[in-house]
This record gives sequence, C-alpha cells and structure tokens, in this order.
Amino acid sequence: MSNNPEGNRRCGPGGRSAQGGSDPCRPPAARKAPATPGGGVHLEVPEHRPGGGERRERFITISDREIRGLYGPEEIRDLDPHRDLGVPGDYPYTRGVHPTMYRGRLWTMRQFAGFGTAEQSNARYKYLLSHGQTGLSVAFDFPTLLGYDSDHERSRGEVGRLGVAIDTLADMEVLFGGIPLDRVSTSMTINAPAAVIWAMYIAVAEKQGVPSEALTGTIQNDILKEYIAQKTFIFPPGPSMRLITDTFAYGSERVPKWNTISISGYHIREAGSTAAQELAFTLADGFEYVRAGIEAGLDVDAFAPRLSFFFNSHSDFFEEVAKFRAARRIWARGMRERFGAKNPRSWMLRFHTQTAGVSLTAQQPENNIVRTAYEALAAVLGGTQSLHTNSMDEALALPGEKAVKIALRTQQILAEETGVANTVDPLAGSYFVEYLTSQMEQEALAYFDRIEALGGVVPAIEKGFFQREIADAAYRYQRQVQSGELGVVGVNRYVEDEPSRVELLRISPEVERRQLDRLRDVKAKRDQGRVRAALEAVRSQARGTGNMMPVFLEAVKAYASLGEIIQVLREEFGEYREPAIF
Amino acid sequence: MDLVDRLLDGDRRALARAITLTENEDPLAGDLAAAVFPHTGRARTLGVTGPPGVGKSTVVDGLVHLERATGRRVGVVAVDPTSPFSGGAILGDRIRMRRGASDPGVFIRSLATRGHLGGLSWHTGSVVRLLDAAGFDTILIETVGAGQAEVEIMRYAVTTIVILVPGLGDEVQAIKAGILEIADILVVNKADREGADGLVRELEATLELGAGSAASWKPPVLKTVATADRGLDAVLAAAHDHYLYLESSGSLQARLERELNAEVRGLVRDLAGRAALDWARSAGAWDSALSEVLARRTDPRSAAAGLVTRFLGRVQRKSRP
Amino acid sequence: MSHAKVRVLVAKPGLDSHDRGAKVVARAYRDAGLEVVYTGLHQTPEEIAEAAVQEDVDVAALSILSGAHLTLVPEVVNRLRAKGADDVLILVGGIIPDEDVPALKEAGAAGVFGPGANLDEIVEFTLANLRRRGA
Ligand SMILES: Nc1nc2c(ncn2[C@@H]2O[C@H](COP(=O)(O)OP(=O)(O)OP(=O)(O)O)[C@@H](O)[C@H]2O)c(=O)[nH]1
Ligand SMILES: [Mg+2]
Repeated sequence: MSNNPEGNRRCGPGGRSAQGGSDPCRPPAARKAPATPGGGVHLEVPEHRPGGGERRERFITISDREIRGLYGPEEIRDLDPHRDLGVPGDYPYTRGVHPTMYRGRLWTMRQFAGFGTAEQSNARYKYLLSHGQTGLSVAFDFPTLLGYDSDHERSRGEVGRLGVAIDTLADMEVLFGGIPLDRVSTSMTINAPAAVIWAMYIAVAEKQGVPSEALTGTIQNDILKEYIAQKTFIFPPGPSMRLITDTFAYGSERVPKWNTISISGYHIREAGSTAAQELAFTLADGFEYVRAGIEAGLDVDAFAPRLSFFFNSHSDFFEEVAKFRAARRIWARGMRERFGAKNPRSWMLRFHTQTAGVSLTAQQPENNIVRTAYEALAAVLGGTQSLHTNSMDEALALPGEKAVKIALRTQQILAEETGVANTVDPLAGSYFVEYLTSQMEQEALAYFDRIEALGGVVPAIEKGFFQREIADAAYRYQRQVQSGELGVVGVNRYVEDEPSRVELLRISPEVERRQLDRLRDVKAKRDQGRVRAALEAVRSQARGTGNMMPVFLEAVKAYASLGEIIQVLREEFGEYREPAIF
Repeated sequence: MDLVDRLLDGDRRALARAITLTENEDPLAGDLAAAVFPHTGRARTLGVTGPPGVGKSTVVDGLVHLERATGRRVGVVAVDPTSPFSGGAILGDRIRMRRGASDPGVFIRSLATRGHLGGLSWHTGSVVRLLDAAGFDTILIETVGAGQAEVEIMRYAVTTIVILVPGLGDEVQAIKAGILEIADILVVNKADREGADGLVRELEATLELGAGSAASWKPPVLKTVATADRGLDAVLAAAHDHYLYLESSGSLQARLERELNAEVRGLVRDLAGRAALDWARSAGAWDSALSEVLARRTDPRSAAAGLVTRFLGRVQRKSRP
Repeated sequence: MSHAKVRVLVAKPGLDSHDRGAKVVARAYRDAGLEVVYTGLHQTPEEIAEAAVQEDVDVAALSILSGAHLTLVPEVVNRLRAKGADDVLILVGGIIPDEDVPALKEAGAAGVFGPGANLDEIVEFTLANLRRRGA
C-alpha cells in the first residue's frame, strides 16, 4: 500500500500518491501489477503506518456499511444472551436451527445445474450424484421460466441456453430418467410457472411408482422477489399469490415433505442490494406469504414449517455471517409473536445458500475459486442447511465440468479438512459479530416499518420502492469500485493485461432444433381431445377460486405443454409489467 | 424540402428526425414548422396527467389499443423530467406501452423536459403538430404532474384526463384543487385496490361544490383497472363526449382561436425581444446601458425602455422608403 | 442556437431478465448528460429497431446476459438496416466471451463491453464513436 505518512486521506484532487502498488486513489486502468514473465505472481506486502495511523479514512463493507477499528463490550451492552441468542436448536434460533448442527449432519451440497436438452442435464445429474453430491438442483432455460414453449417466437436463440428446456411431461420424463425420485431431493429454480412444473414432477414420480407423499425437494415459487429483483414474472401479483397459496394447500395435504417455496434473497442481492436490504426484503416477502396463506384460510402451522429460504453469500465475511444469524432471529420472533405460530418448526428459518455470482470476475477467473471458498465459509459459519458453490467460470458462461468439480470439492474441503463443522456457531459471543447481528436486525425492522407505511409488500412493489432502493445501492457500489474505494482484485487492483482463458461450455444450435423436434413429436402423438378438455378445465378453474393443482396435474398428464397451460392463464389472469424504476 | 415531403407521406424516420430537429432547436426547425402547419389541425389530442406512478403509461397503452381497434392511427408523446443535475434523463414510459411497440399505426416518442418547468417539453406543441401532419388521428400526451405545473397540458390537449389512485393520501388533498380545475375527465385508476369507491365519492363531492353553470361540462369520475384493461372504453367514450360537447357548444373553435392568439402573441413578444437584444448587443448599446444600471445611475426598467426606443427608432429609419 | 442531446436506447433483447447492468449503464449515461430511452425487458429485435427509429436515437445499447447474443445482435442490426437506420451506433454489453467479440463486430456492433466494464469508459467510448451529428 502507499507510503503516505498521514495515512488517512481522501481520494480526490491532490490526494493521489506518487507511489506505485495498490493506491486506492489511482484510476483502475493505471493500477496494473508489474508484468511478471512466466506467469509469476507479483508480491506486495502492506506496510504499517507509523504512529498508529490508518490506511484509509473510511473502512466499509461492500454494502457501504462503515466498520470501526475495534468492538468491545460496550457495543453489545443491550444483548441478552438468553433472550437474543438462546441455545442452538431453540428459540430464537440465532445460533442455529439444530442442537448439534453439522455434527449431526453436514449441510447438503447442492450444485445448481441444468442446460441444453433434458438428456444432457440428465447426464450431468448422474455425473454429480456419482461424485458425492447429495441433492439435485434444476436450472431451467428462460423460455421455460417465462412459460413459453421452445417453438414460441420469443424463445429463439434461448432454448436450453441457461438451463434445461421443458415443454411437456415428456421432457421431464427424460430429465429424471433413471434417477429414483424417492431417494434424491430435488430443488427446482422456477417461479412464475412453478405450480405447473411441480405438477410435472409429481406426475413423473407417479409414473416411477413413487407416491407424492414420498417426494422431497423444493420449488422456488417465490414470485415477490421476481417483481422486486429477478423479473421473471408473468402474471400480476394477485393471481400469482393465489397460485402460491394453492401449492401451500396442496403440499400440506399431498406432498408433506416438499418445501413449497424457497423465499429468496439471492436474486435481490445479485440485483445489487446491500446485505441489510437482502435480509429485510426477503423476510418481508416471507411474512407476506404467511399472511397470504392465513388469508387463504390455511392454518399457519400447517404450511409455515414447509417454508424455506435462499440467501446469497457475498464477499464481506462478517457481514454475511451476521446476516444469516439475524435472519433466524427475526423470523422466529415474527412467526411466534406476530403470527402466533405454535409449532416450533414454524419458527425455524431454514435456508439454502449460494455464493455470490456477482462477486465473480471475468478477469483472472481462477481467483473466483478463492472468493467462492471464503463465501462458502461464511455460509457454513452462518449455519446454512445447504450450499451451492459457484464455479470459477460462471462470470463468463455456463460452467465447464472441471470447474463444477472444483466448486464441489471446495465444499468438501470445508467439511472434511477445516474443522469448521466440529462445533456449533463458533463465532457467537464475538463482540463484532454479535453487534453486527443486532445491527442487521434493527435495520431490517426499520425497513419493515417503511414497507408497512407504503401499504405492504405488494403496494411497495407497485410503487417501485424495493426496485429504487436496490438500483441506488447497485449504482453506488459500481461507483465505489470505479473510484477505487472498494477493491476488486483483477478489476481495479492487481490488474493484469491478459485475461486468462477458461474452458467454456457451449450450447450448440442443435439443442434448439432437437428440442423443437421433440415438441412437435409429442404434440402430434397426444390425445388432442384430452388436451383440449384439460386446458378448458384450467380455464374454468382459473375463473373460480378452487385449487389449481389438480387441473394442472391432469393437463400435464395429457401432455399439454407448459406454454399452452400458461397461455390460458395469461388470458385469464393478465400479464404483469414492471414500473419504470432506475 | 425532402424531409417534409417524406414526413407528410408517413415516413417514420423522417417524422422521428423532424421531431429531433425541433427538440434541438435546429436552425431548420422554423422552416419545418412552417411547412407542416397547413397540414395540421385534424388530429384529436388527449392529455393524460397525474402524480407519478398512478398508471398513466398503462392507461395510455390501453387507450392506444382501443383506438387501434377502430382503425385510427395513434401518436404518443410521453414526457419525463430531465435531471437538473446532469441535464440527462431516463425516459421509461415505453416500458409499459408494449402493445403498440411494433404496430405501424402507432408512433411513440419520449421527450425530456430539458429544463422546462411545466412538466412538458418546450416543444410539446410543435411535436404534436408534426405527428398531426404525419397523419396520426389521435395524439396522446403523457406528462407527470403533481400540482400547478400540468396546467400547461391544457394548451396542447383538447381533452385533459387526470388520473388519481386510491391511497395517495395527503398529497392529493394538496393538489386536488388545482387538478380538478384542469380535468375534463377524472380517472380513478387501480380500482382493484381498496378505497377506490371512497375516492370516487370524494372527487364527485368536490366537483359538486365547484360546479359552474348548468350548461357547462361536468367532468365524469371514472374507475379503471388499467392493468386489466377495465374501464378504459368508458374513458374513451367520455373523451368523445367531451369533444362533441366542445364542438356543439362552440367552445372548440373558441378554444382554438384563444390558443393560436396566445401563441402568436407569445411569439411576437419573443421574436421582437430577441431582435432588440441582438441589435443592442451588436451595436454596443447593451454594454453601456448595463454599466449605467450597474452603477445605479439608471434603473433597469428605464434602461430597457431606452434600448427599445432606440431600437424602434432604428427600425423606423430603416423602413422609410 | 442548437440544443442537441445525445439520445441512447438502452434495450434488453431476448428473455433474460437481468437488468442490473442495463440500469446501471442507463444511470451512468443520464449522469453524463445523455438522454436515455429505456425499453424494459424481453424485447424482440423488431421492437428494438422500431423503438430506435421512433426515438431517433444516436446509440442503441443492447444488454444481453443469456448467451443468445450471436442470434440477437445480428437480428437487431438487420432490422435497423431494413428501416434505413444504419447510422445508429450499436453497443453490446453483458456476458460475452472474448471469442465472440469478432463475430459481433462483424455483425455491426461498434463496441462490446463485458462484465465489470468501466462505466466512464462506456460513456467515453459512446461519445467518441457517434456516427451522426456532432452532438
Ligand atoms: N394494481 C394496479 N396496478 C396498476 C394499475 N395500473 C397501473 N398499475 C401499476 O402501477 C405501476 C405504475 O404504472 P405506470 O403506467 O408506469 O404509471 P405512470 O403514471 O405512467 O408512471 P410514471 O410515468 O413513472 O409517472 C405499474 O407497476 C403498473 O403495473 C391498475 O389498474 N391496478
Ligand atoms: Mg409513465
């Protein structure tokens, strides 16, 4: 770092140091590491300031939270360990939802995968299962996520690209061919059309002879965060919420081991939110689903135990750990105090974590392995139930096989070698971590008040509140990276001239053609009368108030396509368009 | 002028370019306006205004759709504010105007206010005329307004639709008076939300209080759910009624005369002022007059009057045979 | 006196819904004094070309993160050409592997910006490469 003797000074005119190295005030392009022939690494050792000066004026997290140099008993004066922390496995679950945590069972290592045709994805699943992965995770392509068949005009060029293409039950049969659905748990990242895709999964299981009661897994099914951040919505909020409460009701009766929703902060964070926003908005969504379920006439303890969460683990280590711990406490308190849930399982916030895709850099992609490892560590120390670690090349394209394997190995090293799984919530009691945990909680509660003042989650969405908060945070972050206030290795620190090459997985245009062939084939062979009747049943059920799941099941079994079913719903429910927020 | 011919011919690129020239106050803009003027005056203009986020663009999208169904060609001018800090702008109204996006009978243009305070662009009127000349039958003008500012929309739109939504709260109270005065039609959008009926009653009561003579137009209060296309046909029908009312009562002609009168008056003021200033600057009279004012030997008004008198004297001398 | 402003269409062709980059770039343009017309998500090439014509933009900035850029960019360019709007500067941003850049340039993209591209550089590049008006 620079030799500036004053230590703290601002970046700006006159503030630049003439020294080389990693001066945060220098424009990124000028801050290349010296060329090192033979691929060697340039070493740089930070220097200590004489007289206890500090390297920077402000020390901040990537969420622009200012961090002080030292935390002590003063900062956690108000913390009551009994009330606020409890013991692991007990209310308010700050220290974990299970008394023994990873001593009892390790987290589930669940790598998100799926691309191209159902055959290709099926092969990838078998590869991962044979390498010790313990759960499946399905990614769908954009047409599927938006309810368009592969032969729709808007699907051109997108079929099978960022996930698997599912048009009809026939695709689903191939996707899970040879995989015993009573023995794997499957997580499906699908939202707007989640109920229909879930119906396909249940139908495939039935064909394998597996009753729906035996199925385990998760559908993401979280439409609120789609409006807020991820934007793969189809219908307006009202009918979307109805589809979700229908899955709650159906699940609690017929698929009791299934997580009918995964309330997701991951995408909110990827869209550029701060850690506190991710926490607050996700839990606000969660409470909104609970309210909707109760309003739809369900008993809170009948469906709340099946709600699960999905968070991002980003690069600021302590802030992430604090976020996970705070999430559990807020949820437990809200469910017990606000919604009067009696079943302790309704109070427990269980969550899946994925390391931050946005933290990966296209430059020097091997560095992403290291980033992902730290992020994974934060998730484990935060008590996650399952984890996806990103592959190093995900910033560039779909992960190649070797990169996927390293990502999985990263988790295995964490579990087998580092010792972090030996004891429960080892960071508890740290002045800093406890302070930050309480701070996060306070910030989330303050956001809840603001959302309430706007009339609740849906009105706040329609007013663009979340979107504006996130857009502001994303823009500020980008500017902080650009000014050098925040360092990103390979991007504005230690920049190298030549970006390293990585192995990329390419989807051939063949995929689209083959998928279209199969769709045409299925449509030609099916019983058209049965399809028409099933689609009409979908329409009339949509006009009424009954549960949609049974009519979806009949429609998919008749090989009606996803696009056909969703089109009926588009006609009945209308389409959502976002407010213009920047 | 080739551009004008192409514009009159319905060439979309020519129209788009003509709008740009007008917005940029390009030297060609004056000739352009002159050339198209004889071809204007046919289009029906509808203004849509209301506080931010009430659904104006969604309503416009729905109205475009309905108008297209009857075969009429529709132009849309959507105005968003320019950032006072950078002079830049993000114009996002197109996001919601999707149905007309690839319809050759629809033309949507986003304008930034570029420093104009009224919530409209300086050039709204000229842009409307270009669309009119290009053969659009209905022209919708969307502008954000939350108070006095949108009064200006009345100058360009024969019928002004003001949109409100339930649950806006106190700010509505504050702006209601101003808004009710300019509204020919009041729309309570987002009627799928709680409180719509209450707002309708409240608005009707307020209108009742301020109602004028029995003969005059009484703004209807209509409920819509723009996202579901509900109630928009009634809005269009009301706009039609309003037009017929203006026509039959003779107000349409009176209004037109009033507006053109005001426009010419404004332009005379503008052009005369500019000519006087140009002369004063080039003749050096400006600097000496200003230094007299700065030294407080002459007051600003007398200085200006002196300049104008000298300018007029010069004009008279020049025009003598 | 002329008040020309550079106008940019920021568009998201295709079905990917990741608009973080598009919005950040839109703000950067606005903060640099440009006028940005934002189309929203899920635009077809035809819709984008038509919007570029109606809005008479100098620049069309396409943000694509789905990997479909090799299909979508040439289509947008072709539609623009068909409408006679071939003087629009085409920029592409998103997840674009290096080896695809030549093909995109061949297709008519003047600049291609990958993940983490510098906002100031994007704005500078845009202003330096305008094809029309000395704006
Ligand atoms: N619930 C409901 N939402 C609506 C309705 N009409 C519009 N919206 C939503 O309101 C939000 C804003 O709609 P816009 O049409 O962009 O509103 P606007 O008044 O044009 O907004 P600005 O131009 O930004 O001032 C969007 O999310 C719409 O989907 C409606 O009738 N009911
Ligand atoms: Mg609008």
